[in-house]
Amino acid sequence: MNRLLSFLFHQGVLDEQFLQLQQLQDETSPNFVSEVVNIYFHESEKLLRNLRALLMERELMDYKKMGIDLNQLMGSSSSIGAKRVTNVCVAFRVATEQNNRVGCFRALEMLEHEYCYLKNKLHELFQIEQQRDLAAGVRYPVQN
Amino acid sequence: MGNQEKGKGLMESQNSADKLTALVVDDDKLVRMIHQGLLKRAGVKNEAVKNGKEAVDIHYSGQRFDIILMDKEMPIMTGIEATKKLRSMGILSKIIGVSSCTEAKKQEFLKAGIDDYQVKPLTIGVLNSILEVVKARK
Repeated sequence: MNRLLSFLFHQGVLDEQFLQLQQLQDETSPNFVSEVVNIYFHESEKLLRNLRALLMERELMDYKKMGIDLNQLMGSSSSIGAKRVTNVCVAFRVATEQNNRVGCFRALEMLEHEYCYLKNKLHELFQIEQQRDLAAGVRYPVQN
Repeated sequence: MGNQEKGKGLMESQNSADKLTALVVDDDKLVRMIHQGLLKRAGVKNEAVKNGKEAVDIHYSGQRFDIILMDKEMPIMTGIEATKKLRSMGILSKIIGVSSCTEAKKQEFLKAGIDDYQVKPLTIGVLNSILEVVKARK
């Protein structure tokens, strides 16, 4: 395991589920992890935008809709092993169940922070792996 | 992904004893991708649909599966509704409810007719133990 990945595990940013994803990557699906993670980023950003829009409602806040979006974000975050993001979703969901507007705002800020951190670190991880693969290709060029 | 044959008759068994088939039912594209990856790794032929209605429709078309991984919260038709419908159609597949719901909602899901409940996400270990039970039943 590379140093960054080890760090992310140690910090609780990722959990064993991420290792499960890596085990699903093989020669028939060589980019499985990055494909899954990119879908996660795309879907999560939509959900985060929805959540912010729902929280900005001046009149009646739709806590039920927030709960639905949170369930989805929680499910996909836990599916890729994004442990800290999942934990914040749990706390956020509690705040929506209590109709706690202030709690929801705090949770959303924390969620956006954790998500940005995760995204940056995963991009860094993929870059390291890409450089390592390129270096291996240079060291062991294909013989024609 | 998914290479299930189509157009088989309702009563015809499509599966040899040692080759299992599965249906992934989840509105989340990411979860579908991961669960299909897990099934592929385990050598299980699989299909995926996006909600409970599509799960019911695929059975109306005549397809049958040994295992159904059923999400709970889905648009159009939920996992609970789809499970009840499939059981009323006489579908005896092993249905595994896969969700992240509370204990109370888990009970509701169990009452609908699922055989087992697992928290998302499924792991390789959990899937293997499910497959062992299904293979033994076959």
